[in-house]
Amino acid sequence: MFYSQRDAYGEALLELGKQDERILALTADLSSSTRIDKFAKKFPERFFNLGVAEQNAVGVAVGLALEGFIPFLSSFAVFIPGRCFDQIRVSVCQNKANVKLVGSHLGFSNSGDGASAQSVADIGLMRVLPEMVVLSPADANEVRGAVAAMAAYQGPVYMRMSRSKTPLLTRKGKKFRIGQTETMCRGKKLTIVGTGPILAKALAVANRLNAEVINCSTIKPLDTTTIISSVKKTGRVLVLEEHSIFGGLGAAVAEFLSQEYPVPLKIMGIPDVFGESARDPEELYQKYGLTEEKIEEEGVRLIKS
Amino acid sequence: MLSVITNLPVSKLETKAREIRRQVIKMVYGAGSGHPGGSLSSTDILAALFFGGGLRFNSQDLNDPRSDRFILSAGHVCPAYYAVLSKCGFIKEKELANLRQLDSRLQGHPSSLHAPFVACSTGSLGQGLSVGLGMALASRLKKGNHFIVVLTSDGEHNEGSIWEVAMAAPHYRLGNLINIIDRNGMQVGGKTEEQIGLEPLASKYKAFGWQVLLVNGHDYRELLRAFCQAKESHLKPTVIIAKTIRGRGVSFMEEKKRYHACTLTKREYERAMGELR
Repeated sequence: MFYSQRDAYGEALLELGKQDERILALTADLSSSTRIDKFAKKFPERFFNLGVAEQNAVGVAVGLALEGFIPFLSSFAVFIPGRCFDQIRVSVCQNKANVKLVGSHLGFSNSGDGASAQSVADIGLMRVLPEMVVLSPADANEVRGAVAAMAAYQGPVYMRMSRSKTPLLTRKGKKFRIGQTETMCRGKKLTIVGTGPILAKALAVANRLNAEVINCSTIKPLDTTTIISSVKKTGRVLVLEEHSIFGGLGAAVAEFLSQEYPVPLKIMGIPDVFGESARDPEELYQKYGLTEEKIEEEGVRLIKS
Repeated sequence: MLSVITNLPVSKLETKAREIRRQVIKMVYGAGSGHPGGSLSSTDILAALFFGGGLRFNSQDLNDPRSDRFILSAGHVCPAYYAVLSKCGFIKEKELANLRQLDSRLQGHPSSLHAPFVACSTGSLGQGLSVGLGMALASRLKKGNHFIVVLTSDGEHNEGSIWEVAMAAPHYRLGNLINIIDRNGMQVGGKTEEQIGLEPLASKYKAFGWQVLLVNGHDYRELLRAFCQAKESHLKPTVIIAKTIRGRGVSFMEEKKRYHACTLTKREYERAMGELR
């Protein structure tokens, strides 16, 4: 079963909007790409298109949040946060404004447009900011839960999601708890900490590796308790993400484990490149080593180490 | 009814402004750093807003939802803002000595995380006006009658985000948004027109669809008349371009590059305080 995260986002936001009048949908001229057009149609007075002007859009969201509304500002992850980091740093985070930022088209999921549209650094940008919560759901079901959790949480949140239709990996209707991982399968030889839809590839090889797979859908705050207890059991860890190998979940896990419980660790993600055009994302996963075969290979190497 | 401190006659506003200017000099001298030039150029605008009736607010409760909102987008001129809030009774005069000190509520740039009386953290230029636009939309959603007043600097208008607001505010027909530009003609590197020229500033705003009012930013009558006129606009946001003199009130600081941001010497401090007696 496959479902698109952005479709789920649009549907969840619409539902939320029906229940809570404080929910607003904002965008920088990407309402249909981020699937908030349904919300816009149903609640035109609570929808704001700020045009192709992300810096202003972030500030506007802050103003609305400071007045008690809960604005969800959606764009592509390369633009929000990429284009307006300083507005997020000062206007959002230094006000602890109740702004929800949603960046679509993570990693290679927009294969056609190439490097300028491929978001390899958004997790890194957001997790270094004090006050910011960073979410990266594994599938469409988790996006639905995350949207509700974002609205219930008081403070800035960033969520990234994919453009593609991706496999459903988690149970529908499960409550999303910010800061809590889910152990997707048990294993003894290796801990795989993964985030986003690419987790499907880890799950496919987990049995063969006797690996425990942890779905880390909150990058910040990191669920250190679950990670360390699994790693104490397995003694080695592989981190998997569709993000630069620098600054993302891999960095977060390495920062934590290297100081608290050092074990052999491998970060698998997008190497230090910007990406490029391809007919579909799979070609990019092949070229940059984000395949099941590669994960298995690295897993075996770690286990032998 | 909102209790109002305000609507002081012009002669009283002049006295208030002198007291605020004295505080600014004291604070910047005491802190060992700060931005006296812009603080002094915007003092009369702030006095007219807070004590002349330009801004409608509850003197007992800064967070009264019926109040006009005020955002200091040019956050670096906050010594003047803190001095005004102190005169309103929201900050004890003694606390003003804590400007820029460790653990102080009076951060070098206003921070709502440190101080509840700061409506919005600013200091990175070009951001407060966007927040003001969001507040103006919120006011409309809530069917509020209040206005959103944002004080920007002219140098700040180099920031592209300012022009994103310039485009968006008339599109949303936000007659409840007022941008006051402290047009002192200088920025950190020197004269604004020698950095990246802003003129013709009024025509630019006019072309974007704003009501544009030009005033002498040290003339209370002109300022108060402009505030009234701005509040009568229903569908157009208003920009008040207030021509000012940087360092106004202290002769040796006026239009001198050094006093954008500096450490004041004891001699400078004493001379300035002498002039502001």
